[in-house]
Amino acid sequence: MKQILLMILAVCAACASVASAQTGPLRIEITEGVIEPLPFAVPDFVPDNSAASEVSGQLGRVIAADLAGTGLFREIPASAHIGKINSFEAPVQFADWKAINAQALVTGAVSVSGNRLTVRFRVWDVFSGAELGNGLQFVGSTDGWRRMAHKVADAVYSRITGEGGYFDSRVVFVSESGPKDDRRKRLAIMDYDGANVQYLTDSASIVLAPRFSPTGDRVLYTSYESGFPRIYVLDVGKVQRRVLESQDGTMSFAPRFAPDGKTVVYSLAQGGNTDIYAMDIGSGKSTRLTTAPSIETAPSFSPDGRQIVFESDRSGTQQLYIMPARGGEARRISFGQGRYGTPVWSPRGDLIAFTKQSKGRFHIGVMRVDGSEERLLTASFLDEGPTWAPNGRVIMFTRESQGAQGRSMLYSVDITGRNLRPVRTPDGGSDPSWSPLQD
Amino acid sequence: MKRPAIVVLACAALALAACSNATDYDDTNAVNLNGSGAAAAGSAGDPTSPAYFQQAIGDRVLFMVDQSTLTDEARVILTAQADWLIANIDYNAVIEGHADEQGTREYNLALGERRANAAREFLISRGVAGTRLKVVSFGKERPIEICSDESCYAKNRRAVTVLSSGLTG
Repeated sequence: MKQILLMILAVCAACASVASAQTGPLRIEITEGVIEPLPFAVPDFVPDNSAASEVSGQLGRVIAADLAGTGLFREIPASAHIGKINSFEAPVQFADWKAINAQALVTGAVSVSGNRLTVRFRVWDVFSGAELGNGLQFVGSTDGWRRMAHKVADAVYSRITGEGGYFDSRVVFVSESGPKDDRRKRLAIMDYDGANVQYLTDSASIVLAPRFSPTGDRVLYTSYESGFPRIYVLDVGKVQRRVLESQDGTMSFAPRFAPDGKTVVYSLAQGGNTDIYAMDIGSGKSTRLTTAPSIETAPSFSPDGRQIVFESDRSGTQQLYIMPARGGEARRISFGQGRYGTPVWSPRGDLIAFTKQSKGRFHIGVMRVDGSEERLLTASFLDEGPTWAPNGRVIMFTRESQGAQGRSMLYSVDITGRNLRPVRTPDGGSDPSWSPLQD
Repeated sequence: MKRPAIVVLACAALALAACSNATDYDDTNAVNLNGSGAAAAGSAGDPTSPAYFQQAIGDRVLFMVDQSTLTDEARVILTAQADWLIANIDYNAVIEGHADEQGTREYNLALGERRANAAREFLISRGVAGTRLKVVSFGKERPIEICSDESCYAKNRRAVTVLSSGLTG
């Protein structure tokens, strides 16, 4: 859907002044850990023509699910609505929405012409009667209607929280089926909310830990299709792949892109020692970044590409370290009780997400880049492998349940530790990697 | 579980040629190597058979939690494995390292490689040519016991010596 157009509907003086008044009452501060979600209403969008009647209702459902799914908003369902939006242009009767205590209102209109879908919408602060930002219009293809809904929801989220959105994004993960001792794994990609699942490999070989490129067009992953773990890069659009690292007598795994999309960091194991390497994808040339006899793995770049956070057991147990992107002296940042692994740098640059093992339990946590302010967000028999939403406010991860019937599921949680929820996948799921926001 | 006999790939290029796209490739080799060991050919009564190696000598050694140090028991088994491999030069081996589920995925891959390598180094120290021995780690991906207790974990923390035909290795 590269052909989506973004247009400002109306730039009047009044709108502009409201848009700049972003410190008004209709505001959610995400970092505070919202306890009382903000009530909102999304009445069905007005169909401009009969071809748009079906999708007009579907759009609203996806927008509402996106917003309510954050835990920051609470939808007031249509059954409770007093008012009805029959015209996108007519003045909104705010009293109808105040009466049901909707603080935010999203109105919209849809038209369909052939396979072309046009969505217009506005966001209102019900109690002040003012529009939040300007009306916007998205144009795209009808089969991309869910993306249009996610884009509307991103705009609403962004205007009310002041943060970037994350709904128009995808997740690549490992789809799992079968019992623990005969687990079948294949790569799959889906919208962030579990819709539009597409499989990228079959389950003939073990596949592990896919990772998006910075632009979301490629995926790095580890596969056993040669009999040995090797790193592959897959073109998501063409579903074509090639091996990146296949040095005989070695294993390669835990790949991740640098922010430039040209360099890949990964682990290479040889002779009982696992170290971190960087490869220039274009030339295939590798550079060794660590040389300790201990296990160095799970590297992740800082958003500016200058540093790498990784895990090492050089102190005797798994701990987190940061080193320059070209290698060199590393400083330890994790000092709490237990073991720390799978560090991932936040896209905002401010936090490191990690897996912690302590007293027989697993946790997903975050800490500041200097190791301070450690905060554990989850606890279970086995949580691991965090990945960041594009806006750095939500984390998705793998949760595996205990015992012979144990299975892997994807979960998400926000960085305050609230809103823990399963992410629906057709089968089990593990090793999620969240894409950047789509264009 | 019955599995076909193992064939070690002679070169990575061959494997790649067979795997040029996601929906259509011959994964026979990957499947053969993906488990806790092949069903060995021959009779366990025949000391030159892979079945004898697997059952009478023992094809696996176990490890302590988060350790890759060989126990005394493991050294006894590996010594017998080395003697067998020296006597039966038609066979090579891939040593598969495994971990229990109590660990993160990447770390367990590295830990399994350490374990497999510890077994390989021991076999080499007992006279087996290093060129006959490959290692691979499955981390926590291929448990043989599936309960979430130490009774199962103890069996999953293993290095398994899987024989392959030396003719293709």
